[in-house]
Amino acid sequence: MPSHLLTVIAFLPLLGVPALLLLRGDDHTWIRRIALAVSLAEFAISLFLLRGFDSVNPGYQFEEYYDWIARAGIHYHLGVDGISLFLVLLTTFLTPLAILCSWQAIHENVKGFFIALLVIETAMIGVFVSLDLLLFFFFWELTLIPMYFLIGIWGHGRRIYAAVKFILYTMFGSILMLVAILWLYNLAGAFDLPDIQAKLQTGMVLLPARTELLLFGAFFLAFAIKVPLFPLHTWLPDAHTEAPTAGSVILAGVMLKLGTYGMLRFCLPLFPDAAHRMAPLIGVLAIIGIVYGAMVATVQTDLKRLVAYTSVSHLGFVVLGIFAFSTISIQGAIFQMLSHGISTGALFLGVGMLYDRRHTFEIKEYGGLVNPMPVLMSFFLFIALSSLALPPLNGFIGEFLILIGTFQNHHAWAAWAASGAVLSAIYLLWAYQRVGFGEVTVEKNRNLPDASGRERLILATMAVAIIFMGVASPLFTRRMQSSTDSLLQQMDRVQSASHRTATPELAGKQVGRGPTQHKNASAKKISLRRVQP
Amino acid sequence: VIPFPREQIGNFHRLAPEIILCAFGIVIMVADPFVQAAHKRALGWLGLIGALGGLVGVHFMAHDPGNAYSNLIRADSFSIFVHLVVMGAAALAILGSFNYLDHENIQRGEYYALVLFATAGMGILAGANELVTAFIGLEMSSISTYVLAGFRRKAIKSNEASLKYFVLGSFATAFFLYGIAMVYGATGTTRIDLIADALQKMMADQGQVASLAILGLALMFVGLGFKVVVAPFQVYAPDVYEGAPTPVTALLASGPKAATFAVMLRIFYVSFGAAGNFWFWAVWISAVLTMIVGNFAALVQTNVKRMLAYSSIAHAGYILVAFAAGTDIGIAAVLFYLAAYALMKIGAFLVIAHLGQQGEKRLEITDYAGLGSRQPVLAICFSLFLLSLLGLPATGGFLGKLFAFQAALDSKVVWLVVIAAINSVIGAYYYLRVMVAMYFWEPSKEYLPSKVAPTLAFALAIAAVGTLYLGILPARVLELAKVAADSIYLR
Repeated sequence: MPSHLLTVIAFLPLLGVPALLLLRGDDHTWIRRIALAVSLAEFAISLFLLRGFDSVNPGYQFEEYYDWIARAGIHYHLGVDGISLFLVLLTTFLTPLAILCSWQAIHENVKGFFIALLVIETAMIGVFVSLDLLLFFFFWELTLIPMYFLIGIWGHGRRIYAAVKFILYTMFGSILMLVAILWLYNLAGAFDLPDIQAKLQTGMVLLPARTELLLFGAFFLAFAIKVPLFPLHTWLPDAHTEAPTAGSVILAGVMLKLGTYGMLRFCLPLFPDAAHRMAPLIGVLAIIGIVYGAMVATVQTDLKRLVAYTSVSHLGFVVLGIFAFSTISIQGAIFQMLSHGISTGALFLGVGMLYDRRHTFEIKEYGGLVNPMPVLMSFFLFIALSSLALPPLNGFIGEFLILIGTFQNHHAWAAWAASGAVLSAIYLLWAYQRVGFGEVTVEKNRNLPDASGRERLILATMAVAIIFMGVASPLFTRRMQSSTDSLLQQMDRVQSASHRTATPELAGKQVGRGPTQHKNASAKKISLRRVQP
Repeated sequence: VIPFPREQIGNFHRLAPEIILCAFGIVIMVADPFVQAAHKRALGWLGLIGALGGLVGVHFMAHDPGNAYSNLIRADSFSIFVHLVVMGAAALAILGSFNYLDHENIQRGEYYALVLFATAGMGILAGANELVTAFIGLEMSSISTYVLAGFRRKAIKSNEASLKYFVLGSFATAFFLYGIAMVYGATGTTRIDLIADALQKMMADQGQVASLAILGLALMFVGLGFKVVVAPFQVYAPDVYEGAPTPVTALLASGPKAATFAVMLRIFYVSFGAAGNFWFWAVWISAVLTMIVGNFAALVQTNVKRMLAYSSIAHAGYILVAFAAGTDIGIAAVLFYLAAYALMKIGAFLVIAHLGQQGEKRLEITDYAGLGSRQPVLAICFSLFLLSLLGLPATGGFLGKLFAFQAALDSKVVWLVVIAAINSVIGAYYYLRVMVAMYFWEPSKEYLPSKVAPTLAFALAIAAVGTLYLGILPARVLELAKVAADSIYLR
């Protein structure tokens, strides 16, 4: 019997939408409860993915394949592998928390808010599980509109500016990706990702070097804007700062990963030559992002903006890991995506809780908060430590794997990137010191209430996730292993397929590449699976 | 003794939609003086039945396709597809007109009759297999719409629209006629399929096409380009679209555009397609200009109706992108785009017609502030149309653009697609701006929302469902478009 688990997971949140629509607009309690129930059910069901997931199989699992617009070659094709599995879980894990944290913060148009959150959950999961390029693009664009509303309606001060900037930036990138998808269709005759991969691997379809570079560029631009990679990051601080807490959690926790996921899923396996050719440039941009993001974060006076800039820095690590092309660095990158989702999501949750009390993000408005709010601030410290990669917490594993993996191929990159880890300690601890320690400087802060039961639940859940990911990291990496191996093998196969008819220029390049990335080549059986309609 | 024209009589069904439309139009005209002012709306219902009757006529036509009236008219799948779009557009426009005409105090029978005559003209355009027949169709639809544009007789803007449209439109049809004459001079025929033969023969004999024929094509491009509103013949459109009564604008932006693009496809692809692609660069340049002019001018509009007028210029540019492909896929893409475009554009204009309130006073973007909380359903509807115009996935507008880009890329027209893609992001800004106003701005206090009439609500529902249907389950319509595209070349 074919499994429909992915369809269920992808569309269950949408089922909550009519349920919410039926409720009266001012029945806030039940709107919240139903939204939470749907998202919790969603999380519970998504755990079945773990049970059925075969970690030895590097290919796509839980596949579903149906004709959609057959005449145009568009199919409804879903599947997960070791790369996307945990990103789906991250999404289903963070959404209930985002709903919980909006329990009291959102007063106006509550129904619309939770509908937007549920729609965005469907869209994000859809992005992670789509194996058809156009289906992917459908979901990719679908993420934009709810987020646009989340920022624009329920955001803070300059919300409209931030919302429009966010959506125009992202659309500009994605429309060129659409052109690239269509062009690829013309060359390969399919929108189906495994199909295209198979054609590239067997050399049935050869991309000329210039075409490959242009296609890579169009895809990469869309993803780099989403990540965001320096110097395309300018939408991010605005969007984050103005978004409501739940929006920031979703944005930082999951949506930024859509970009890095896209790089792993499309840029690398489809255009390996171009990826190798552009890697030096991208690596340098990623390192600039790491250092620059950290330095800018240090000097922020706005707590939320500070956290936003840490994302630029941390996502720089992810991009670096991906474009270092080693199994370890790519695993590290995937792990870092998850861990950044948890840590930064938690940071935004904490900042949101402060905002709920004082309605400001200015650091100088706070100070000495440990005295009135010992529990909240302890959790906050713990989260900050996880974000600055303290062993044995989650952030450490990701950064460490990335740095090791990068070091294998590029010593200098790793050295520069490591400085980002140091800087992250500076900006986070300094910020924490100014907010938490010392005397209470602002009189209003003296009697702030400590974390409520709901807030403790949220923070404790996050803390457990942080510790769990830190100490039980093999549970994660084991499931990523075979997919990352096969990813690198696919890159090699595509490259060698194109080199069979290669130009001398490219053949020369191949010699120059480091040997380390091939070392796992014999480890696992490779699935040369092809999907038949 | 005059022989009994059996062949002519036997062909009636291939012109059935037009016959039905004109019959209803005449009935409405005749009945108009006898209907009291309070009951004029009944004539509107008659008009709606006429438009739907036209659809029944399409059924007869589809039953037995082929040529009619000494090959002047062609009833093929292509013609049927365009007929469906045009008549659907007319029916929606009529549905959206009832209450508009009431509160503008211009509820009259001839309005509906003119809509039907215009639609019949568009139908003739879609089925024309001969250039003079096409000219008659063009004139029929144009003259009716000249009058319709000025139907708010007491509004200066409406008068301006009518006059401008009439003067410039007559000029443009004259160009078209001149072009026909030159093509006739070069090829000795005005039949679309025979022109193709003549040009091919010319190519075979002389190695080139007579420059007179190409000049004729260029003149026809001017005339038809005016009607489909492509640059550089677009100057009149914003004023006319803004001044015309909004339901008429809805019709203007969808119906004549679809019908004229249909006849353009026949002339450019069938007559002149086989002899070589010498119109490619004209279309390419026009497409780029159209998109850029439409989008950039729309960016700076504060009047939503005018903004949508510029947006429909931009959309003509996207259609030209598919047109430039020059293949069957291109034809199918144009047809699909026209269907999706008609639905979303009519929907958008009908919402504007309702929100404009009496005298079309409330058309500025500031008048839309807070609509999302005041009239949520209407706002969602409008957002859907705007997002579809913007080209967001799951809407017909997205797939229209997608197929257009795909068709052009298939013919290696890469840069045009890139320009179109960038343009569609520029377009995103002004569509989103309306949504910003509707959802992010505080509602204005003095605005009193008026109730949406059931007829209008029905029309909007059809447009919205259709937009989503084309965006999510386009397979059937796409199939029809492909069949239509194939039928255009059949002899």
